[in-house]
Amino acid sequence: MKDDLNKVVDKILDKYPAKVMKNRKEHILIKDSNENKEISANTRTLPGIITNRGCAYAGCKGVVIGPIVDMVHITHGPVGCAYYTWSTRRNKGRTREGSKNFINYSFTTDMQESDIVFGGDKKLAQAIKEAVEIFNPKAISIAATCPVGLIGDDIQAVAKKAQKEYGIPVLSFSCEGYKGVSQSAGHHIANNNLMREVIGTVDIPVEDQKQFMINILGEYNIGGDEWEIKRVLNKIGYTVNTTMTGDAEYEDIAKAHNSDLNIIQCHRSINYIAEMIEIKYGMPWMKVNFIGIENMSQTLRNMAKFFDNEELYARTETVITEEVEAIKDEMKHYKNMCKGKTAMLFVGGSRAHHYQGLLKEIGMDTIMAGYEFGHRDDYEGRDVIPYIKLDADTRNIEEIKVEKDEKKYRLRIPIERLEQLKKELPINDYPGLVVDMKDQTIVIDDLNHLETEMVIKALKPSFFGSGVKDKYIVQKMGIYSKQMHSYDYSGPYAGFRGAVNFARDTAAGIHTPAWSYTIPPWKKEPILKGKINTEGVEEVC
Amino acid sequence: MLENTPKEITKRSALVVNPAKTCQPIGAMYAALGIHGCLPHSHGSQGCCSFHRMHLTRHFRDPIVASTSSFTEGACVFGGKSNLKKGLETVFEIYNPDVVAVNTTCLSETIGDDLTEIIRDTKIPEGKHVIYANTPSYYGSHVNGFSNMTKAIVSHLVNDEKIIENGKLAIIPGYVEPSDMSEVKRILKLIGIPFIMFPDTSEVVNTPNTGKYEMYPDGGVTVDEIKDLGNCEATVAMGKFASEAAAFELEKKSDVEAHTIKVPLGIKATDDMIMKFLELTGKSIPKELETERGQLVDIMVDIHNHYHGKKVAIFGDPDIVIAMTEFAISLGLIPTSILTGTPGNAFEKQINEMLEQAGIEDAKVKASGDLMDLHQWIKNEPVDMLIGNTYGKYIARAENIPLVRLGFPILDRVGHSYFPSVGYKGAMRIIEKISTAFLDKYDMECAEEDFELVM
Repeated sequence: MKDDLNKVVDKILDKYPAKVMKNRKEHILIKDSNENKEISANTRTLPGIITNRGCAYAGCKGVVIGPIVDMVHITHGPVGCAYYTWSTRRNKGRTREGSKNFINYSFTTDMQESDIVFGGDKKLAQAIKEAVEIFNPKAISIAATCPVGLIGDDIQAVAKKAQKEYGIPVLSFSCEGYKGVSQSAGHHIANNNLMREVIGTVDIPVEDQKQFMINILGEYNIGGDEWEIKRVLNKIGYTVNTTMTGDAEYEDIAKAHNSDLNIIQCHRSINYIAEMIEIKYGMPWMKVNFIGIENMSQTLRNMAKFFDNEELYARTETVITEEVEAIKDEMKHYKNMCKGKTAMLFVGGSRAHHYQGLLKEIGMDTIMAGYEFGHRDDYEGRDVIPYIKLDADTRNIEEIKVEKDEKKYRLRIPIERLEQLKKELPINDYPGLVVDMKDQTIVIDDLNHLETEMVIKALKPSFFGSGVKDKYIVQKMGIYSKQMHSYDYSGPYAGFRGAVNFARDTAAGIHTPAWSYTIPPWKKEPILKGKINTEGVEEVC
Repeated sequence: MLENTPKEITKRSALVVNPAKTCQPIGAMYAALGIHGCLPHSHGSQGCCSFHRMHLTRHFRDPIVASTSSFTEGACVFGGKSNLKKGLETVFEIYNPDVVAVNTTCLSETIGDDLTEIIRDTKIPEGKHVIYANTPSYYGSHVNGFSNMTKAIVSHLVNDEKIIENGKLAIIPGYVEPSDMSEVKRILKLIGIPFIMFPDTSEVVNTPNTGKYEMYPDGGVTVDEIKDLGNCEATVAMGKFASEAAAFELEKKSDVEAHTIKVPLGIKATDDMIMKFLELTGKSIPKELETERGQLVDIMVDIHNHYHGKKVAIFGDPDIVIAMTEFAISLGLIPTSILTGTPGNAFEKQINEMLEQAGIEDAKVKASGDLMDLHQWIKNEPVDMLIGNTYGKYIARAENIPLVRLGFPILDRVGHSYFPSVGYKGAMRIIEKISTAFLDKYDMECAEEDFELVM
């Protein structure tokens, strides 16, 4: 088997010119628990390779900032960037009573040639003015696109001035598409600004503080995931103070520092904020995983252990039992349909890891996994962070330093207990994707078009979980491909009920009768021509 | 839904809300896909390329593959020459296309990368071609991008010298569906007219599932056909905004006479197209087409009562909206709000002429508008139906009006890439959609005693 996988990798590398081969080799790893191999990640994309990656603007506005429902998010640039991020990512958001929701809107300065030539500052200032006058939002964000940095528009200055003039927060994000090497830079840029400008600006009065108050970080409510997670957490007795940023309002984020624990779903996109909150406000974070029954249950148990409360322990077990009971028959049914099948996962920066447990629960092994823009810590665990070399492309992404806030800093649990808990729970820790994969599986970073085709042809999975750009390519190859970003417009997939939705969709995708029609009957079996001519029955094939 | 959009209209000079257009490169990418064996290449940072591929993929539910120069911050400072050179080398080495069609983005345009110089300086394998179009996102819309790349096909690949008349018509179908291109080809074949269509995305973006993936599907105009375009008798360019520039380029370059007609959507525009074909070729109309036309008229007469006198709002890309407005008028509908996001005076001029001729007054017409404009008009002057792309669904729901999906993009329904909207057949399909939308709404909302079996 090992030889086989090596052969597959060699065959892929063989197709490349020497320089490309050298580069791509470092991004491919065959899992072997006896060896501690490094993987290269978060490096620049090779031009012409046909990557799946997007840009920093997508990572900042599209992913982190866009889901905040009551803000007007203005894209400063030509029309495309705002247009393509308009309702395409399924971060759902409800309107709160007495509040506003702009989730179905797209706002842009629609820069024209003259704005490129003479600068777009004035137009941006005017756009903010119009947004305030027409929509009267609680806050505004400005996201920069490629040309903004080049022509030198000072969006920070415009934002500052507008903030003063209109008395509402106006946040500016210098997330030009060329920054960094992928969406990842955009996450970092968004994190920095939320930390600097928003988090910690609204305090919850002591009398309104709830017991077991938590934040869910790196959860964007795709297809209603956050609502399903929150349903279960509320049932146990937690109060979700802030979610970053699925279905969030501006003020939720402003008061995030009041909670007792940050739980992190997507490590890649939000670990910066989690670390900074701990330094500044003393709130620890814990890595969680809400995907799959086992992961969800383990997460709930870990959370209970953190708070160490008898009632919470009891409620946790009761809720887990109830929830599992409600879905176990259906899960069993789908497991019968899917068991023994193999899966490949190639998703952004976290799901390629998170879904492996759930796939296992319906009897499917993950034989290949990779991230578009994960860093080495997402693959190899946070222990490698001190050894990650910053290259020229990422060095320009600002690293901000925060300091202890003497007034608001408080220890949630005694230091000794926290240190003890760190040995038992993933507190301030994430062990990465590789450790959870079976031996003799492949990990590929920034998987490209050629590699997708070749790895599928060689290993013939039953399921390829990836994005919309891959989906139809893979399905033309006769293999079910599920969109793991948009959930193929289904969901939620998180939590207990989400697990059933995922299992149902996956079983349906693998077993849809359509697959049996891919080859037309005349190509499958010899045809006896039934028509009798003068020479009698004639055989044609 | 969209409850923050006020009824009261205030002038906006800077803020665009819910755009009715997108940017140039996606149109160029779509046009490039209409060349056989072509890989579109986006010269910019990779986010654009990803967005454009995703958007086309969502519309067609088919693979859309393209490469990118993947700019980094360094390339922005020093220029994207090395990225493009390396990109092209890698593309030819690994993916082996016949043609690479390079488009630009706001990034490479703002920097001022000189594509001519870079590509001249790149070693292109024997027998392979690189064509390119400047497609700055801050000018015009995706329709201009389509037009620029279609023009680039002519500028870079057509043989300069007329060798021998090939007796064919050059057909530029415009920014339409692959199903529409197929329908125009079917009509040409029925009449018996030899032709070269470019670009032609049929069987490129609506391929069959055979269990075998082909990176370069069967469809698309071949390089040999493109080279031969200069030998054509005349060009018929469908849609002024999308196709005229390429037709003029061909006339300039190879003296092939350019004829611009509307996109053949609706009865009159289809009549015009067929008359143009007959006029240019001296052919006569085949019985089959005449029957189709008669069937269309028959439907128009039979069910005019479903929609006659109803007010409609029409939005989308200019060539489609112009033809659809004309068709709406010929059905007895009253277009009262007509809008495109694409700039250009020709749009308002043509629409206003049609409305004037039909005696329709006080209609709102706008180029360079957005969907907030359209929604506010509708709040002030309600309509019975909305005709446009998927983005109309928010307004349709907010105002409880049926939406008939037409144009680009359609992200939430299937069929559009397999069934035409152009020609007599396409007109019948649009009527069926309009009629069904009205009747479905009636069935769901009418009083129980008014519920009818036969309608």
